[in-house]
Amino acid sequence: MKLVTAIIKPFKLDDVREALSGIGVQGITVTEVKGFGRQKGHTELYRGAEYVVDFLPKVKLEVAIKSDLLDQVIEAISKAANTGKIGDGKIFVSSLEQVVRIRTGETGPDAL
Amino acid sequence: MSIRKSLNVRAAAATGALLALPSLAHAEDALSSGDTAWMLTATALVLFMTIPGLSLFYAGMVRAKNGLSVMMQCFAITSLMTVLWAVIGYSIAFGGEGAYWGGLDKMFLAGVGVDTLSGTIPETVFMTFQMTFAIITPALIVGAFAERMKFSAMMWFMAIWLLLVYAPIAHWVWGDGGWLGGKGVLDFAGGTVVHINAGIAGLVAALVLGKRKGYPGTAMPPHNLILTVVGAGMLWVGWFGFNAGSELAADGTAGMAMAVTQIATAAAALAWMFSEWLLHGKPSVLGIASGAVAGLVAITPASGSVGPMGALAIGAAAGVGCFIAAVKVKPMLGYDDSLDAFGVHGIGGIIGALLTGVFCAPSLGGAGFADGVDSIGTQVGIQFVGIIATLVYTLIATFIILKVLDALIGLRVTEEEETEGLDLSQHDERAYNL
Repeated sequence: MKLVTAIIKPFKLDDVREALSGIGVQGITVTEVKGFGRQKGHTELYRGAEYVVDFLPKVKLEVAIKSDLLDQVIEAISKAANTGKIGDGKIFVSSLEQVVRIRTGETGPDAL
Repeated sequence: MSIRKSLNVRAAAATGALLALPSLAHAEDALSSGDTAWMLTATALVLFMTIPGLSLFYAGMVRAKNGLSVMMQCFAITSLMTVLWAVIGYSIAFGGEGAYWGGLDKMFLAGVGVDTLSGTIPETVFMTFQMTFAIITPALIVGAFAERMKFSAMMWFMAIWLLLVYAPIAHWVWGDGGWLGGKGVLDFAGGTVVHINAGIAGLVAALVLGKRKGYPGTAMPPHNLILTVVGAGMLWVGWFGFNAGSELAADGTAGMAMAVTQIATAAAALAWMFSEWLLHGKPSVLGIASGAVAGLVAITPASGSVGPMGALAIGAAAGVGCFIAAVKVKPMLGYDDSLDAFGVHGIGGIIGALLTGVFCAPSLGGAGFADGVDSIGTQVGIQFVGIIATLVYTLIATFIILKVLDALIGLRVTEEEETEGLDLSQHDERAYNL
């Protein structure tokens, strides 16, 4: 099992969700986050007072999947979240040791 | 306002309408329901400028933790100035014919009854109209010391300032026998009395209180510019009461005051917007709203004396001038006038007062110079005297009031309270419970 964590542009969230549903992903967790990468921040100007905003708002997705779905998931997110401009985000993949469905007590791939 | 009356008479005579003179003189004695209806409306409009117009304009520009404190200061000032104006302020400003103050004859509004007239309107209406000016002028100063003044100190300061600074200066310019009005200073709706006065007091307050903690290093962006734009819009609308109402009648001068107010404001809004666009790359919402207020300020003294093209020039000058003052000069000098009370009202007021002397010239489409003045140079010189007198008196008096209060009760909140925000530390409330 794999845990895919993706940082994407907020306005791409709906596209990514649809793409993931399309390939059979059963659930995702979404968090509003802030951070910086190569895009850095931006500046705001109020009556001449300039403020550098270091951290930009992004959306973090977490998707737990069976290992055989990994390539499809990565492709779906990459395609759906891509604008070709700096700041599109990143995908992190890590191994997932155990999953438990709280309601039934199922474990492992059955719980996904 | 006696100056204005004599101007009207002169203008009427000049146009050869000699037959109109007796009827004019007669009109002064009787109540005009048309004038009264307009002045009732104008009075409500000017109150609307402070609550909620100016309150929202300012509240949007502070940080979320101080939003309520600014609204509270404006509301408390409205209430406090009303009471003080009724008790003694009106009498100091309009109670008699001294050169420097009106005296105490009208304390507690003695003699101001249902049947008392002021020109063609009830004196109650005149008194209340002037009261709304006495409310907004101190409220303008709030912008200079926002986010750091103790509420109790603010109340003391405003009460004393109204009686020692505002009311006397109002008398100098508008009161019967007032020495600045007598000199021929043209100030139709309050460029010196309201805007230069409040702007300079604000500058002094910003300097005496010192900078906000963290200024200018820490980011202090406006927390809700939508409130600011809504407030600026209300100020714009309310200002018709301020300027066209200052004619104290529903007549041609009031009509022209309304037209030039609209034109100057639009010109200033565009001037600020384009200045910013040119120098910073983008036109900003705060910029166009600030420009509109700068234009409103600058046309205030001129609104009874200039024509539409004069208004265009005054508006454009104010938009560019105030932009430079608030956006370029303030950061260079380093004082912390939080919301640019000086940059907009002080500078805009000075630009307007000086240019009134230029564009009141009949050759430039104006309504004419003050009595006994026959050139732009002389009129501008007189305007200059008015500006300097107001500036010097306000500067010294405000400084003394603030220093004495600082020694007695302290002006600033503690550092901890400032960091926490004035909403919680002064009022035990917060603006947003989201």
